[in-house]
Amino acid sequence: MDLLANLALGAATAFTLDNLFYCFIGVLLGTLIGVLPGIGPLATIAMLLPITYKMADPSTALIMLAGIYYGSQYGGSTTAILVNLPGESASVVTTLDGYQMARRGRAGVALATAALASFFAGTVATFLIAAFAPPLAEVAFKFGPAEYFSLMVLGLIAAVVLAHGSIIKALGMVVLGLLLGMIGTDVNSGTARFTLGIPELSDGIEFAVIAMGMFGFAEIIYNLKQTEARDLLKEKVTNYMPNKEDWRRGGPAAIRGTALGSLLGILPGGGAILSSFSSYAIEKKISKRPDQFGKGAIEGVAGPEAANNAGAQTSFIPMLTLGIPTTPVMALMIAAMMIHNIQPGPQVMTSNPTLFWGLIVSMWVGNLLLVILNLPLIGLWIKLLQVPYRFLYPAILLFCCIGAYSLNNNVWDVLMTIPFAIMGYYFKKWHCEPAPLLMGFILGELMEEYLRRALTISRGNWSVFIDRPLSAALLATAVLLLIIVALPFIRKKRDEAFSGEDD
Amino acid sequence: MKIQNRRDFNAGLMFLGIGLFFGVYSMDYSLGTATRMGPGYFPLMLAVIMGVLGLIVLVMSFMPADAQEPPGPTDWRGVGLILLSVLLFGLLLPFTGFLIAVLALVFLAAVASDESNMKETALLAIGLLIMGVGVFGYGLELQFPVLPPIFTR
Repeated sequence: MDLLANLALGAATAFTLDNLFYCFIGVLLGTLIGVLPGIGPLATIAMLLPITYKMADPSTALIMLAGIYYGSQYGGSTTAILVNLPGESASVVTTLDGYQMARRGRAGVALATAALASFFAGTVATFLIAAFAPPLAEVAFKFGPAEYFSLMVLGLIAAVVLAHGSIIKALGMVVLGLLLGMIGTDVNSGTARFTLGIPELSDGIEFAVIAMGMFGFAEIIYNLKQTEARDLLKEKVTNYMPNKEDWRRGGPAAIRGTALGSLLGILPGGGAILSSFSSYAIEKKISKRPDQFGKGAIEGVAGPEAANNAGAQTSFIPMLTLGIPTTPVMALMIAAMMIHNIQPGPQVMTSNPTLFWGLIVSMWVGNLLLVILNLPLIGLWIKLLQVPYRFLYPAILLFCCIGAYSLNNNVWDVLMTIPFAIMGYYFKKWHCEPAPLLMGFILGELMEEYLRRALTISRGNWSVFIDRPLSAALLATAVLLLIIVALPFIRKKRDEAFSGEDD
Repeated sequence: MKIQNRRDFNAGLMFLGIGLFFGVYSMDYSLGTATRMGPGYFPLMLAVIMGVLGLIVLVMSFMPADAQEPPGPTDWRGVGLILLSVLLFGLLLPFTGFLIAVLALVFLAAVASDESNMKETALLAIGLLIMGVGVFGYGLELQFPVLPPIFTR
């Protein structure tokens, strides 16, 4: 069977000593930043991107970066359970019941449930990627420029829909991102655009610089004013074993969460956050004991944890098969590929099979490592949580600066983080979400290129986007999404779903 | 007319300004036609959309239905000190080397917080220096001078 042969090829890559080591480093680092407040996977991957320049094998680089990503989801739930602080936005819902379980002396069980549910979801999602990526790549080969353009429109609209707050402002952020992406040399005419006469800008702005400024530095400035009130668990965590009742209630919830997360993860802009929120809502709705939710119901941990992990993994599918990032983290993965001269897209599977399948198998390996790693290291993570923020932020600042410097071995990129930090600070103040901006920035140049090609082929006829059925369907979906969120009923629900998040 | 939502008002103004900036700047480049797009075509299109969105947000901010409390004041000390520390790091690194750049960054950044004190910050700076030189300098062979150039000559 093809699938098995492919997985075997992947295993041969993932199980080399080097790759195992970097997978381990990735998930360890990921868990660490997931546990630590104030730094997320995006800023970390941006910071570490230059390190991957040095790696001889691009698979190793991607394996490590992917490990950071799903490791951070995992670390985020640890803090959610232990200190009622979501380390990562996807673990917000885990605070609801996970922390309550911990307060009732069941911290160990909650942690084990989160670990096992995530592992289960990760395993299933790995197989899903392996099974569905090849046929999807086949479809991708049929894509012309018009389809690619429409797909990107859909992705951007999805990012808008999933941002919290005003939809119009989120749309504005996308367009702003697209415009920022225009800065630099136009590939077609060679014209340097919007450079203000600064030669450094003719290469465009580094994505990592924007991510560090907006997500790293702006966050730090904002956190300075926040006084920390951490409700740290005093007693030692013991007894990890869920009992029979826990299995009976948590098991099915984890399965439902996995199914939901896998599905939502594939959607552009979807992924972990949406998955965990919807899973929690569903579990509460179908439960026979809805009154127990918020008081330590195990379903409220198992479902969302499975869902966010499954979603985090299946969001790799569009990136791997279409070469289109659906989240800012995926954009960094693509950047890592391009550094190693791999053009992302449906051909990666055939041109770099060891990379493709190696990455997939490594995700499963990484999930296994997380289970093995996390439970014994809980004590260490609790210790880390006690590190005060006044020690953390100068360290984060320094590592970001070094990361920015090493992008091109030039201080220009360090200095460029400053305007983006200022922008990020005011965006936060004015409730403008930076995530859609990043999506726009990544896709800007590509979108222009595909628009140009599509219209050249059609001799300037804009109807090409609706004449081609696949393209029309993608655009229709985008319009539908916008209409749906604009409906008063959904709008209210959406506001409720996001109201639980940080503010 | 009274501004009901200061956040939206500011955001709308910003969008509008950015739209205008890019729109006017795009005129410098040849637009071309849809069939043969020039370098100004797509950016101008985006700038127009940006401006329109900015206008909508701006107008909405006067609607009583969108009323919201205004955002808190800018934390000038935090913004200033943190960004100054980054600026100094960037400016110092090529001239004085890693050591002094790190000290400048860590100490300036620490002043931004009410909770930090000199002794702890000094220890933190030493720790970060060792880590920085070890991991980034030797481990990853990043290219930057560690000591001020005077000492290496």
